[in-house]
Amino acid sequence: MTMKFAVVVFPGSNCDADCLHVVKELLSCEAEPVWHKDRDLKGADAVILPGGFAYGDYLRAGALARFSPVMESVAEFARAGGPVLGICNGFQVLLEAGLLPGAVRVNKTLRYICRDVFMRVENNETAFTRLYEPGQVVRMPIGHGEGNYTAPRETLEELRRERRVVFRYCDEMGRVAEAANPNGAAENIAGISNREGNVVGLMPHPDRCSEKLLGNDAGLKMFESAVHALSSRGLAIG
Amino acid sequence: MKVEVRVYPRQDVLDPQGKAIAAALSRLGHRTVKDVRAGKVFFLEVEGSDPAAAERDARLMAEELLANTVIEGYDVKVLPEPA
Repeated sequence: MTMKFAVVVFPGSNCDADCLHVVKELLSCEAEPVWHKDRDLKGADAVILPGGFAYGDYLRAGALARFSPVMESVAEFARAGGPVLGICNGFQVLLEAGLLPGAVRVNKTLRYICRDVFMRVENNETAFTRLYEPGQVVRMPIGHGEGNYTAPRETLEELRRERRVVFRYCDEMGRVAEAANPNGAAENIAGISNREGNVVGLMPHPDRCSEKLLGNDAGLKMFESAVHALSSRGLAIG
Repeated sequence: MKVEVRVYPRQDVLDPQGKAIAAALSRLGHRTVKDVRAGKVFFLEVEGSDPAAAERDARLMAEELLANTVIEGYDVKVLPEPA
C-alpha cells in the first residue's frame, strides 16, 4: 500500500515543492499539491501545510490563509484523526485556524532569522515524531521573522501537562536554555501538537533537511513517522 | 459611516516592536517616554446609519479577523458623520 500525501498550496507558499520532493523522491509515496481553493484532499492519508508567506503574511502570518476553502477540509480531516503537519508558515496557519493553541509574535530580535538550530524531541508519540528517540537532539534550519510562540499561562500549563510540547529549542548538548532560544518563544517551544497527537506544527523546516545531499537528513524521520503511524494503524484496523 | 478599529498587543504580552521603538525614542533624546506599545489602526467605511449596529459589526470583525485575541486586544470607535 502506498501512502498519499496532500501538500496544500496557498498563494505565497514557497516550500510546497520541497515537501512534494521529500514525499515523492525520498519516501517513494504519492504526493498531490492541493490548491487552497479546492476542498478535495484527493484521498490523501496525510496533509502537509508548507512554509512560505501565504497571502503575503498580510495582517498576521496565517490570518488570511485560515479562511481558504481548503482549510475546512483540513480541519475535518484533522478532527477525524488524519495526520496534519504544519511547517513554519503552515504552523502559523494551524495556529490562526485554531487547530493548535497559541500564537506567534515577531521574533524578540525583530529580525528574520535564517540558520540552523538544535531542538530536543520532547514527545515522540505524535504522528510525526514516533521514529525519534525521546530526548533526542536534532539540528534543523529555521527561516522566519515571526516564530516567537506564546500562549496564555493556562494553555502553556495544559501543553506541559498533556505532553503536547513536541520540540524545544536547546543547545547542542540538549540543554534547554534561554541562550539556545532563537526567537524568544515561551518555554523554548519550537513545536506543539493537538491532544490526540495527529496534528503537529513547528517553526523549523524538516523539509529542508531530509537528505544527505543537503548535509543533513534529520528531518526525514518526521515524514517517515507519518508513514509508520499510518501503516501500523492500517494493520490495527485489519 | 466611518469606523476605527484599534488593535494592540495585550498588556500581558511582550511587545518586541514597542520595546525597540521605546529604545529608539530614548536614544533620540525623548527621555520622558517610559513605555511604547505598537499596534495597528483599521479605518473602515461601512454602509448604514445605525452607530450601534456598526459598532456591533466591527466587534465581530475584530474577533473574527482583525485581532488575534490570544495576543491582541482591540477597541472600536464609530465616528459621527459630518453634518
